[in-house]
Amino acid sequence: MKTTTTPPGSAISVRGVSKSFGQTEVLHQVELEIPQGQVTCLIGPSGSGKSTLLRCMAFLEEATSGTILVNGQPLGFSQEVGGPRVRLPPARIREVRAQIGMCFQQFNLWPHMTALGNVSEALKTARGMPKAEAEARAMVQLRKVGLEARAGHYPSQLSGGQQQRVAIARALACEPKIMLFDEPTSSLDPELTGEVLNVMRALAADGMTMVVVSHEIGFAASVGNRVTFLDQGKLLLNGTPQEVFGKPRHPRLEQFLDTYLDRGAAMLA
Amino acid sequence: MNIDFGVILAQLPNLLRSAGVTLLIWLVGSMAAVAFGFLVAIGSRYGPRFLSLLLRAYVEVIRGTPFLIQLFLLYYGGPFIGISLDPVPAGLLGLAIYGAAYFSEIFRAGFEAVPPGHIEAAECVGLNRGQIVRRILIPEMTMLVLPPAVNMTVILLKETAVLSIITVPELTFLMQAIGSQQYAFVEAMFVLACFYWSMVSLAGKLGRAAETRLSRFSFSPS
Repeated sequence: MKTTTTPPGSAISVRGVSKSFGQTEVLHQVELEIPQGQVTCLIGPSGSGKSTLLRCMAFLEEATSGTILVNGQPLGFSQEVGGPRVRLPPARIREVRAQIGMCFQQFNLWPHMTALGNVSEALKTARGMPKAEAEARAMVQLRKVGLEARAGHYPSQLSGGQQQRVAIARALACEPKIMLFDEPTSSLDPELTGEVLNVMRALAADGMTMVVVSHEIGFAASVGNRVTFLDQGKLLLNGTPQEVFGKPRHPRLEQFLDTYLDRGAAMLA
Repeated sequence: MNIDFGVILAQLPNLLRSAGVTLLIWLVGSMAAVAFGFLVAIGSRYGPRFLSLLLRAYVEVIRGTPFLIQLFLLYYGGPFIGISLDPVPAGLLGLAIYGAAYFSEIFRAGFEAVPPGHIEAAECVGLNRGQIVRRILIPEMTMLVLPPAVNMTVILLKETAVLSIITVPELTFLMQAIGSQQYAFVEAMFVLACFYWSMVSLAGKLGRAAETRLSRFSFSPS
């Protein structure tokens, strides 16, 4: 059953999405609704396909089959009921993608630009905004992540946590409706993860729709409104943290959590 | 037999003129080599398959044969296929063709070294392909290729000496003439070596200054 309508309150609809790299299927027929204004955490063992699913939502990976709708608009491919799958033109893809902001595990700041340059780049280049206006807007975002004072610093002059906060500001500058986070704290020292998680908490409190792939089970349990557990490319569990983490637990989740007891999941044991 | 630099210094105006020719050919030839090399790198990366195969073959042939032979073929063989060039244009073209093959390899490696995530981040904030190349890929690649590119430019300066064999009136050509006419070959070659060495040192210093200026943009260890 393929339709192009979205249930009300759904920011992203993932419809029967499968993804293969060569012979290896990393996602199998995933169905998932990302509710508006809520934080959805994707968890699962490495190789479970959670990052691939997130990257499909940003159209950084193209699903092999299935449809992804962003606020009801098809992302990347359009598919009419019973019709063929058609790749949309690049400008149309950019248009739908503009509703999505993305943060990466490796921050991916551009090293030849200052923090301010990184945050204002898309406004200047992609949206043709005058430099002064773009930088004023970028400053607002840097203030939001508490890095106004670091605006003139290059990425190499910032700590990992600061770099990730600049990356969040860069994504926010484009005023996305949905923010995707791909293991945003996995490459940070433990003492730096807190500052990034705090920015994310504030964002969630502002009502931003967020999808977070994370190993921070504690964050998923405390900030997440929805928790989705993937295993071997299949969506195994999806619900509120209470539903997913509450006992009795799915044996695969139990097994998974056992390996994370030292990662802040102890509170759930 | 005495060492006598007097006969060399007596020709100072000629020396300066020829040194000027060397430097001019080096600068123009290097710039052309960088520009061609960049186009070759872009062509083999983004161009259609036949073009990229053709460009690969060009790079392989140039890198696999001595510059001296390439020049001979261009200057003495050119007329057989309708390319008759004077020594200076032939020398410039030869230097550009030779250098471009190496520069294209430097740029290719540079493109490959830009982390794919930096491109993805640019796609995610809505930059189109041309904007990504212009604003992200080329600046980042420039930082990465600067040290090997400076090195290659210095090598090209020394390679200009080879142009003397097709009678380009650069410094090596002049010094060979003075040396044999005045029976002062050792003196001539010594002065010549000093000239190349000082120019190479200077170019190296400029290159390092540029690298230092760019080092603050350096890739953070992550």
